[in-house]
Amino acid sequence: MYQFNYKKVETIREAVNELTANPESKILAGGMTLIPTMKQRLASPEQLIDIRNIEELNFVREESNNIIIGSTTNHFTVSSSKLIKEKIPSLSMLAEGIGDPHVRNMGTIGGAISNNDPTADYPAACLGLGAKIKTTKRELTADEFFISLFETALEEDEIVISISFPIIKSSFYMKFPNPASRYAMAGVFISKNDSDVRVAVTGASENGVFRWFEMEESLSNDWSKSSVEKVKLSPEGIMSDIHGSSEYRANLANIMAIRAFESINE
Amino acid sequence: MSLVELEINGSKVSQDVEERQLLVHFIRDDLNLTGTHVGCDTSQCGACVVHVDGKAVKSCSILAVQANNSKITTIEGLADGENLHPVQEAFRENHGLQCGFCTPGMIMAAVDIINRNSILDEKTVREELEGNLCRCTGYQNIVKSIIAASKKM
Repeated sequence: MYQFNYKKVETIREAVNELTANPESKILAGGMTLIPTMKQRLASPEQLIDIRNIEELNFVREESNNIIIGSTTNHFTVSSSKLIKEKIPSLSMLAEGIGDPHVRNMGTIGGAISNNDPTADYPAACLGLGAKIKTTKRELTADEFFISLFETALEEDEIVISISFPIIKSSFYMKFPNPASRYAMAGVFISKNDSDVRVAVTGASENGVFRWFEMEESLSNDWSKSSVEKVKLSPEGIMSDIHGSSEYRANLANIMAIRAFESINE
Repeated sequence: MSLVELEINGSKVSQDVEERQLLVHFIRDDLNLTGTHVGCDTSQCGACVVHVDGKAVKSCSILAVQANNSKITTIEGLADGENLHPVQEAFRENHGLQCGFCTPGMIMAAVDIINRNSILDEKTVREELEGNLCRCTGYQNIVKSIIAASKKM
């Protein structure tokens, strides 16, 4: 690992000040992606700003039909929260499937979405539930937030404060995990809020998480298994690597969509 | 350099460390507690699992400076003098180790699994061991050991 400065901060204001004063800094939350990346010398920030101890970023609460989760809340907390289990069970199940128990004890929701790894799970929940993301500067919809591979709408000196998920019980996330890393080879999040259907896909596209509009339309017109089965994801623009070809991944997404749909209707 | 003050296996430690030093290297190289192992460099094997403030974490993916002011337990801190911890005892009785390299991480993970789950079945144990690899593929007896230990704790 290359040498860097380390700064632990206690407040959001302090974190923003540090980030503004030193643009070559990186925010360290759980570090479950950042530190392994730095170990491989694929990242070399001048300074790490450790926000894990900022109390005001670590919370789960219900507010006007939304579940709001602070950005430094770790995956274990989300997966074991009674409130989330009761209100949005698909979200706690998703959190329970991230990495392994040790990673879930450190990794945070804010870190996961800010990194926007194309195979991460949380971005699918944000897009699939139509979450709103509050930052130190503004509030963004998930559709505005996720731009592309490892790219978000976050500016250099902007930090995620919380993520607000509308309470939609009729939702499910199904992923096919890579057997070694547990990252999604393809993951599909479906939610149904009255007539509003949202479908998000992670792990598959070369441009990161995306909304599967064709599937949304098909399911909005007719909420049935045959509506899921007749839509096929095109392999064009789908990732191809040693773990699977684009055709294989596109087919996985089709299958995950069917399984997610069936689980909602169980 | 940054000053790190923490408690490890009941002993207080205060030492300057390089900011880039990983917790596992601090534990092994600076504190000479070599029971905690490094089995990979991709955060996947779990041989380095220790407890920080009671939670199982991979010490190869955490900086020593992040552990400032924390309480750490490593494999060396489990036994009570000559008396093995129930999980250590169960691994001994059930042949839960072959070469032994993954064992410290397996045992630290196992203690955490048992603490969090009142009832343990084989499926749960296997799912919970997601982050720990055994190159001897001795999972059968590792799972058996953990279930046996859970009944004694």
